[in-house]
Amino acid sequence: MRNNTDEKPNLAGVAASHPRTPRRAAGTSWRDTMAALPWIGPAIILVIGVVVYPAGLMIYNSFRNISRSGVDKGPAGFDNYLEVFNFPYFMPILLRTVIWVVVVVAITLVISLALAQLLNKAFPGRMLVRLAVIIPWAASVVMTTLVFYYSLEPYFGIINKFLFDIGLLDDSSGYGWTKNANSAFAWSIVVAIFVSLPFTTYTILSGLQSVPEETLEAAKLDGAGPARSYIHVVLPQLRPALSVAGLINVINVFNSLPILKTMTGSLPGYDADTIMTLIFKYIQTNNKIDVASALSVIYFAIVILIVAVYIYVVKPMREV
Amino acid sequence: MTAAAPASRSTVERRRARRFTADEVTISHVVWRLVAGVAVFLVFIAPYVVMFFSSVKSKSEIRSVDPTYLPETWHWKNYVSMWSTPETPLPHNLLSTVVIAVLATVLVLLVSLPASYYLARFRFPGRMAFMFMVIVTQMLQPAVLTSGLFRQFLQLDLLDTWWAMVFINAAFSLSFAVWIMHSFFASVPKEIDEAAQLDGAGRLTVLFRINLPLVWPGVVTAIIFTFVSCWNEFAASLVILSSAEKQPLSVALTKFVGQYETSWQYVFGVSVVAIVPVVLLFMLIEKRMVSGLMAGSVK
Repeated sequence: MRNNTDEKPNLAGVAASHPRTPRRAAGTSWRDTMAALPWIGPAIILVIGVVVYPAGLMIYNSFRNISRSGVDKGPAGFDNYLEVFNFPYFMPILLRTVIWVVVVVAITLVISLALAQLLNKAFPGRMLVRLAVIIPWAASVVMTTLVFYYSLEPYFGIINKFLFDIGLLDDSSGYGWTKNANSAFAWSIVVAIFVSLPFTTYTILSGLQSVPEETLEAAKLDGAGPARSYIHVVLPQLRPALSVAGLINVINVFNSLPILKTMTGSLPGYDADTIMTLIFKYIQTNNKIDVASALSVIYFAIVILIVAVYIYVVKPMREV
Repeated sequence: MTAAAPASRSTVERRRARRFTADEVTISHVVWRLVAGVAVFLVFIAPYVVMFFSSVKSKSEIRSVDPTYLPETWHWKNYVSMWSTPETPLPHNLLSTVVIAVLATVLVLLVSLPASYYLARFRFPGRMAFMFMVIVTQMLQPAVLTSGLFRQFLQLDLLDTWWAMVFINAAFSLSFAVWIMHSFFASVPKEIDEAAQLDGAGRLTVLFRINLPLVWPGVVTAIIFTFVSCWNEFAASLVILSSAEKQPLSVALTKFVGQYETSWQYVFGVSVVAIVPVVLLFMLIEKRMVSGLMAGSVK
């Protein structure tokens, strides 16, 4: 399959000008690149125009002094970065961002491993359960979060009522979960785990299906119980699936805005913010696009670092 | 010799016996899986069941101090009256969501179909660089670049336009579409192309007439994924689209939060309308997500 592409580097009409001279496996002439351009050019233009250019502009703007009305007032050196680091809530927000990512991804991975194990086994109605697990993936995160937000309202929230009915709350009026930064943040973590589960579970499930039946049988023959064969046979083979699931999950959770924006956005102060929500407060509330750019550049650098780790660990380039 | 033979036979027998009991799925296994399955099912649909029930509750019931699990009276009329609410022009927001998602998906398809086909068939200098670009941008999301995108579309005088969001959504969904369609095209034998070309078919005919019928599951998967992610996009729309009429539903609905008297029944009615189609689309490609996730590493 992969060798298909190795031989004839082009058929698009240029072949005539190259009589049958033996060529290296990969195309080597610029003519081949030019022949490729009509096919891949639009994709390159789109990515350079709407991903690379704004990234460059953002880095440039992070060193400029831009007024609240959007006028560029000249170079600012590292002032915008200094403003970020000198912001009194910066360190707590940074710490909270780390907690946000680590807690959400770790719990998501653990639950997903169990969920995938269940969905990989035969039982009546499995298809229905699989389809149910997909819903939070397809549904808008904002809308999913809004249900949680409403259900957590004191007096008329259904989660409060439920917790009271099963005896976990002793006040029928409930608790103002979303009125307080810490509990609102904790519930945001719950929502983030909930919406992260489908992707992670499905990635692990696809990994599970590539575990050869024979290795499990061999483990059984050698007398390994279910727990032992899971830890020593299945888990090692799930490594690639777990790395994909884990790293993409880290990036998604790291970049997540809608959950915290919806859950904690109406709270005053900075006690439930992560760097991502802080960036949007700088853009929208404070109108400081230059400082927002500086903060985004720092964030962008971290994302690129995670992508580098992803490429190093998962080696997606092998497939091409 | 005489001692070893029965010993080895007994291990074989023991092994056979163990394999039999281990492979046999007992009734209690199935019951436990079923119980776990029902629990998982309930947890995953619960928020959406609450969403649906709330969407048909009356205005007084949705804010009643002792909330009801099931609606006392089913106010189907909410689904009509919800489109004229003072918080935000919801019909416009629905239109924006549809227009942006459809146009972005079409653009992604137009751009990624030829690119993924060519990548799967030909080697050329720069191919690896292009694939590298695809993999890196696949991991990026508009949120982290929003401040750059805002200034860029200000320069282009395209702030607060559908076109800005069409381009943004398309650019950030492009790589996944290229990635997944490329793997489908690569699985079609090159000989089929060559045979068609000997018969005098041009490149485009080979792509559309010969390859497309073979790779359409991959194309459908790419289309659905692109459409759903554009449908739900939030971060960039929040900053790029400032006028209420142009905002998609994901942004518009957040305006209800923190209102003095939120019309939750309307929020959830609109949510149901927005969620059902994309959930159905996702369910269509469920099988492919199990088989193809590792290859495509979907976001």
